[in-house]
Amino acid sequence: MSEPEKALAARSLASCHDCALVVRLPAGRAHVAARCPRCGAKVHRRKVDSLARTWALVITAAMLYVPANIYPVMTVTSLGKSQSDTIMSGAIYLLQHGMWPLALVVFVASVLVPLLKLAALSGLLISVQRGSSWRPRDRTRLYRITEVVGPWSMVDIYVVTILMALVSLGQLASIEAGLGAVFFAGVVILTLLAAESFDPRLIWDRAEASHARS
Amino acid sequence: MSARKLILCHDCDLLNRVAELPSGASALCPRCGGLLDRRVPNSIDRTLALTLAGLVLFLVANAFPFLAMKMQGQVTDTTLASGVRALYAHDERFVGSLVLFTTIVAPLLQLLLLLSVLAPLRFGRRVPGMIPMFRLLRRVESWSMMEVFLIGILVSLVKLADMAQIVPGIAIWSFALLIPVLVAAKASLDPHLVWERIGRRA
Repeated sequence: MSEPEKALAARSLASCHDCALVVRLPAGRAHVAARCPRCGAKVHRRKVDSLARTWALVITAAMLYVPANIYPVMTVTSLGKSQSDTIMSGAIYLLQHGMWPLALVVFVASVLVPLLKLAALSGLLISVQRGSSWRPRDRTRLYRITEVVGPWSMVDIYVVTILMALVSLGQLASIEAGLGAVFFAGVVILTLLAAESFDPRLIWDRAEASHARS
Repeated sequence: MSARKLILCHDCDLLNRVAELPSGASALCPRCGGLLDRRVPNSIDRTLALTLAGLVLFLVANAFPFLAMKMQGQVTDTTLASGVRALYAHDERFVGSLVLFTTIVAPLLQLLLLLSVLAPLRFGRRVPGMIPMFRLLRRVESWSMMEVFLIGILVSLVKLADMAQIVPGIAIWSFALLIPVLVAAKASLDPHLVWERIGRRA
């Protein structure tokens, strides 16, 4: 097959999202949903409404990111004194105790990862919408990274959980989860869903289209 | 032609004809570098063995405390479930449910689904429900966050070190073993092979 023939053939083919079987879609209309003959899932050429869904999740996560960092994730009350920690002050606490490797993990996982994920996904969305053909391979790689790093933001939520379980029984000290933890959990879930709803193949659609024009 | 199969790249949708791969080899997309196909030697046996090991470790990790704290003569244990209970007791239902799902429900479901799909396949059988079970497995995998929880334990250790004496429990060692086992199980699973075996004959 020649290159244009290959591209034409690929246009009527789609791979099943669940089992990756290559399925021939009914010609013509792009939005006809076919069923995968092997696993029975609905086959779409691209994830449905990928751009709109991803934008909605990214914007909501970005809005929650602000209160997640302003409100304390936990409050420790010990001998009548109470001290609140935000995500950032928790990382600084570790640093002050000479635990810089852990401080770095917490800072990267809780502060940088959500922020970079939101920035990366916004960048990818904008590049796709503008029909950019700039370095599609690197942009695809960027997408893969955002998929992999997501769960690490859960560290702080787990720390609050463990501390609450350990300390809640003692009368001398008590630990309460703060409002920040709720917002932060929201940010983690939404960014995970956002990464899942973005379709990296859109990067190549636009790159291909602009390649064909020139 | 028959020895080659059509694979559309998962990440960039390039149409590839991939020859039958030898054991242990993988095929990468020439355009974007994504993984197209991979043959893991003895994939089903290997994944099944890791799954069984994982289930035992999971039970130990949940049945025993992973940290104990001594403070003024008082000893407090914590297990995975007691952390979740503490959150619910403080009315943190949303955060509690997220922790419950990512550290208990998702990993357990991951192991049980692997077992229920691979065990019949190992003996050449197909049972009803394999297709939805394997589909669910692929969805649930990304929400299983045991390795992150282990880092959470380490951070907690440091934070409490000032306040009280901390004793690691048996469960912390099973956690530490469970994580590489889960990673290896995920790496040795060959989804293409499983779909080929369980799929309806089209």
